[in-house]
Formats: sequence, structure tokens, C-alpha cells
Amino acid sequence: MTGPRNPSDIDHPSSADQKLPSHLSARTAGQGIPDEGSLERSDPGDEAASPTAETSNQVCGGAVVDATGLKTKELSDRLRDLMLAGTGRMIVKNACGQRYIGTRLYRPGQASLQIEIFGTPGNDLGAFLSGHRILVHGNVQDGVGNTMDRGEIVVEGRAGDVLGMSMRGGRIFVRDGVGYRTALHMKEYLDQKPVVVIGGTAQDFLGEYMAGGIVLVLDLGNRGHQSNFIGTGMHGGAIFLRGSVNLTQLGKEVEISDPGEEDHALLENLIHEFLIRFPELAARQEELQKSQFVKLTPVSKRPYGKMYAY
Amino acid sequence: MKSFIPPEFQVYRDEDRCDQCRGCERQCSFGVHSYDQDRDSIISDESKCAGCQRCVIFCPMDALTIRPSPSSYRPNSSWTREKMDDLKKQAETGGVILTGCGSDKPFRIYWDHMVLNASQVTNPSIDPLREPMELRTFLGPKPDFLKISGEGKDVAIETEIGPNVVVEASILFSAMSYGAISYQAFKSLAMAACDFGTFFNTGEGGLPKELRSDYGRCAVVQVASGRYGIDAEYLNCAAAVEIKVGQGAKPGIGGHLPAEKVSSLVAETRMIPEGTDAISPAPHHDIYSIEDLSMLIYALKEATNYEKPISVKIAAVHNFAAIASGIVRAGADIIAIDGLRGGTGAAPKTIRDNVGIPIELAISSVDRRLRDEGIRNSCSLLAAGGIRCSGDVIKAIALGADGVYIGTAALIAMGCTLCQKCYTGRCNWGICTQDPRLAGRINPHIASRRLTNLLRAWSAEIKEMLGGMGINAIESLRGNRDHLRGVGLYEWELDVLGIKGAGE
Repeated sequence: MTGPRNPSDIDHPSSADQKLPSHLSARTAGQGIPDEGSLERSDPGDEAASPTAETSNQVCGGAVVDATGLKTKELSDRLRDLMLAGTGRMIVKNACGQRYIGTRLYRPGQASLQIEIFGTPGNDLGAFLSGHRILVHGNVQDGVGNTMDRGEIVVEGRAGDVLGMSMRGGRIFVRDGVGYRTALHMKEYLDQKPVVVIGGTAQDFLGEYMAGGIVLVLDLGNRGHQSNFIGTGMHGGAIFLRGSVNLTQLGKEVEISDPGEEDHALLENLIHEFLIRFPELAARQEELQKSQFVKLTPVSKRPYGKMYAY
Repeated sequence: MKSFIPPEFQVYRDEDRCDQCRGCERQCSFGVHSYDQDRDSIISDESKCAGCQRCVIFCPMDALTIRPSPSSYRPNSSWTREKMDDLKKQAETGGVILTGCGSDKPFRIYWDHMVLNASQVTNPSIDPLREPMELRTFLGPKPDFLKISGEGKDVAIETEIGPNVVVEASILFSAMSYGAISYQAFKSLAMAACDFGTFFNTGEGGLPKELRSDYGRCAVVQVASGRYGIDAEYLNCAAAVEIKVGQGAKPGIGGHLPAEKVSSLVAETRMIPEGTDAISPAPHHDIYSIEDLSMLIYALKEATNYEKPISVKIAAVHNFAAIASGIVRAGADIIAIDGLRGGTGAAPKTIRDNVGIPIELAISSVDRRLRDEGIRNSCSLLAAGGIRCSGDVIKAIALGADGVYIGTAALIAMGCTLCQKCYTGRCNWGICTQDPRLAGRINPHIASRRLTNLLRAWSAEIKEMLGGMGINAIESLRGNRDHLRGVGLYEWELDVLGIKGAGE
């Protein structure tokens, strides 16, 4: 292993840091994981919650880790040390390709942590994530939220391929577009329903094999949905696309319909949640609320049920 | 549509013995036996019979005999009865032929063409009844060098050694998921593994939450392409984590757990809605290369804080030794290889019977390849698929495996008769079913005792064979092919196995 690993490398929170903004202290005071509805980013203007790279050293309540030159395991060693030291909020500066950020932060009974990342984290950001919140000020690579269980990932930028693969709970919000095979084989069980909201558009094979959960693609750039093979092999959950989609773009296992009344309530809620996380887009609210959406659902819960001779 | 397929089995009922208790009717989930009121007798619909022998074993009067039907087509070496019946079934349904259990085709079973050595005169054999005999194996990476510091009694190992798990007798239970097999059968395997000091493998169906605290420590939990039932707790409660890439019975394809078998508890464990098909895609969609595999291996190491060995299970196929080398370099701590005869709860028959290579050839070629590349110590090697007895276990280890997975053998210990109807979910022996009435036929306390008995018996036999060879630790036999000789094998087969012919 290279690189120093001692506590002085990490800016531990001082006692003053315990004065967290109210929306953060709920997650660090050992009250367990708040329900999804209360996991909102701070109001715009709350400077503690949206630091810029220049001011992050002065951020209240966060331990800052400079990821410059750190290997993946070295960074996750430090984040884990912080967790074990009781830090509720971590800020990673200068992330550059380090994988699995957030993955190593599991321990039984651990309260939800807040991890804020500046730079470009590597693949599998938040893989197997178990209740933490990750906010990325920048773009992310492939495999965001791979097999994620609970928690939230917010990306102020665009994401690569297989975002939300096999995700089974929690939420991912991406401000811009996403790559191929987004929400691949995402699934749900009872009230554990994963949600992916994409501000831009998705590339091919969106929702492939999808077995549950909700995907919403907002196409804020009004480019139109270019993705093909949407929902191939889909057998659960729902995909909502703002605007329209050509039938030739859909996999043969999905059918298209207009959102119903319940769907509209859901969409309104998700758009609201999305805009809270990206206040710079607040001006689009009315336009989004008035937009047309299409809903894609599986034709059958058993796409391959008649394939076999018994 | 009228079926043109003649019954496979004949039900013979000794009317003198039968007292019409209708026990057979209750035992048979396929509906073969029924009571005919008009004739006041029990009648049998032979077309439904799978030949599982449940009714025979449980007939209190020993009145039943189930035997292959004597009626037959004109014998034909090319158009065998099986080929004709399968063809008819497809003509009648238009479906892919499903089957269960490992391949029953007459591929050469190399175990039966290899013989073991024994000590005579020049080297003494060891009596395991009187002398210590070590069957314990450590699965996981071994360092290239061992640096030791200190002097006298105060010595310590300085080298950082990766996570290893300890297995008694080098035998583990193969991956069989809850969903494919019943809760009772699954729990029996878990109990037996913990009792004996070995491991069961959850397969890809998750590990029910209530079993985690008691049996997690004896579990190898699987991460397969469907990613069912995986959360951080599941990964961390286990002894080891296994990425399932392939399965010997169905290399290259995924799996469909039909909705009929997705009961409420199966749904809860897999975390999917009740009554949907559980579809495992053929590939892991985040693995298209060795580099991608490495990414998942390290994601799992991260998720388990580098405390558990990570295994990668692949099916034995052509060129797999090169793939195995890549898997070791990708960071795997254990490689599990599943051969052509590996079992399954459901697979297309054409895949099961036509794809893959025998495990015996696979063990020796992968062991040789990893040795040649100097990376054999970086991982342990588990062999699976067609291990039937202690002789097979010891030959697998002599060929180069660290240990073996047994699946079919464990199921047979619990009552399975290899009727190959696992995919119907109607298993009369309570193994491959989610029907509570059928699953209740397995009592985990009794079934786990059958399993520990089996492991104890095999261990005793392995000790006898080891002692006979003059070896007192199973690790000394690993890859020791000098103790094997081939009988009735071609030159190329001896070459691949890396053994001499008998008499040489």
C-alpha cells in the first residue's frame, strides 16, 4: 500500500462541527434512516449544504478528504475510518476515478451518512449502497448504484452506462443524460421501490429486463428520445418518458399508454423531488408539470412463460 | 391434442398385497394413483409417472413396483426412444424441452478410469484409526512468500494473508437456491454444513433473513446475474461470497425460476413480487470482460471490507483454463469449476446434454495452467459436477482441486431419486418444490443428519485411502498426480489428465 494513512491526513470534524444544519443532523444523531420523503437536499441558499470546491474546507459538519493521488482502496479506507470515528458527513475533494465510493460504508445499525463528492468518481459509485446519501458535483462513470439497496445518489452532471443496474431500493437523480442499459433488471419488493429520475435522455436498452421500480426520463434538453430497444425483456415496474416515443424504439415486451391519474400524482411528486435537488432548474417547473408523458409497462409479468414444454 | 408419447414407466400393483389404503394416492403429486369407486380398486395412470419411487418406498404393504415400461418402439440406435419422445413432445407443445438434474448421457466418466496408488513395502501406509489424519483445507489466497519475524517462541507471520475459510474434509455443498429447492431442504443443507464444519452455498436465491444469524457463518452466498436477494447484510453475514458466472448444467445461459415456484417467502427472500418469473439473464450485464469481472470482485471485497474470500464459479467449457487464469488475475480468491454432469433444478435439455466438458479433464487442465503461470497459490480451486463418492473426491484432489462441491449427492442423501422432474415443482420427496404439503415431507433435523452422516462416512473413507497411500494430510495429495493411473484411456486423455497409464 502506498500513501500515508494517519489521522492527520483527514480533517476530522471539530466540536463546532456538531452544529449541523437541521436537515443533516437528523441523519447523524443515531435516529436511523429517515424515510425517503424526508431525504431532501437543503434549501438553496443554505451554504453549508452546497459548498463549492473553493469553500469546502470551511464547510460545517463535514470531514474533508482530499482524494488527489489516492487509490480506490486508500480512499475507501479513509472513508471507513471516518465512519468508524462517528463522522456523519464526508466531503471528498478531487475525486478522480476512484471506484466504489460508499460501498465500504456498511456496518449493522449504521445511520445514514452524507457523502459529498467533488470531481469525477469512478465506476460503481454507491454499489450495494445501504442507506447513505451521495451527492456528486460533477459527472459520474459506469455502474452508479449497482445493486443498490437503500439511500440516494444525486448527480449534478451526466452518468455513464448501467446506472441503477439491479437496484432494489433507494433513489437516483441525474441532472443530465445517462448511458446505455440504465435501470437494467431493476426490481422491487412491496414498498421497496427503486426510483431513477433522469434530467436528460437515456441511450439504448433503457429498462432492459426491468422487473420493478420507476424510471422517469425528463428530456430537459427537448432533444427527443433517441434510445432504441427500450424495455426489452421488461416484466415489471414502469418507465415514464416526457414527450413521445416512436413504437419502433420499444422492445416487444412493453406496451405504451397514457399515464393515469395516479401516475400524474406520482410524476408531479417526482418532478418536485427532482427540482428540489437541482434548484437551478426550478424555472422549468411549470413546463414540466404541463408536459405530456408516455408510460411504458410490461405486456406480461411472465415474458417467457410459454417458452417451455413441460 | 392427443399425446402420442407412450408411458415411460409401468406401475405394477400386487393386488393380493394391496389393502387399498390409498397411501400411494396421497404420496404421488403427479396424480398417478387414484381410487375408482365403481370398480372399487386403485387405478394407475402410468403416463404421469416420473419413476421417482416415492409410492414404492411408502407403500406399507410393499405392493407396488415401478419399472421402465417394457413396451417399446422398434429398437433403433439412432432414433432412440428418448429422441423420439422428446421430438413428439415438441411437436405437441412447440416448447423448449426442460429437464432437471445432471446430464444422464453416457459421456465417459473419467473417475471410473482412474485408479489410486497404495503403499507396499517401501513406504509404510498409515492407519487412520490410530494416527492423526488431517482432512482440513483452507480455501482462499496463499501468499507468494511468507515472511516471519522474531526468534525462539516469539515468532509472528509478517506477511499479510488474504481471507481464508476452513473446510473440514474438503467437501462443500453446491449452490442450490431457495426457490429451486424447498425451504426445508435448504435449511437441512445449512444445518448440516454448520454441524459438520463445512459450507453450504445459497445459490442465487438469497438467504432468508431468519437463517442469517444461525447459518450465515457456514454460508457461501452467491451473487448471480439476477442479483436476487442481495443486500449488504446478506454479503456480510456469510463466510464467503461467490460470483456465479456459469453452471455446468447450463453453461452460457441464464435461468428462469417459473412464477409457480415464486411463493410469498421465496418472493421475500429474492425481493421480487410474488407470482412473477425470476429471470436470471445469461450474462452479468456489468461483466463483459476480465476487467469488468475484476470490478465486481473488488466491489464485493469493498462491500465485505476485504474480510471474505471472493469465489468465481464458471462452467467448464473449451479454453476455460485461460479464462480461469484471467479470473485469478482479476482478484478471485477461489475458483469453482462446474463440469458437464453438474446438476440443475431446470435447464433446457439440449444445453444440459450438449454443452461443456467433463470436470475431471477440467480440473487437471486448470491446475496445470495456473501452476505453469506461477499463480496457483493465489486462489483455491473447487471442483463440482458429478462427484458421486469419496473415491471421486480424492481423485479430484489428486488431480489438483483444493476441494469439491457436492450437489446431487447431497440431494440423494435427502431422498432424491433423480427422476429429473425438478422443473415441475412437484417433487414428491419435498426437495424441489414450494408446495408446503410436499416440502413438509422433509424434516430438517432428520435430513441434516442424513447429510452429516454422509460427510462423516466419506471422511472416514478418504482417511483410509489417504492412509493407504502413506499420506496423512489431504493437502499433501493436492495435485499429486503420481498417485493416479489411467485404465482404458487414450493417450490424449492421459495427457490432458496429466497421469500415466496403469502399469507405467
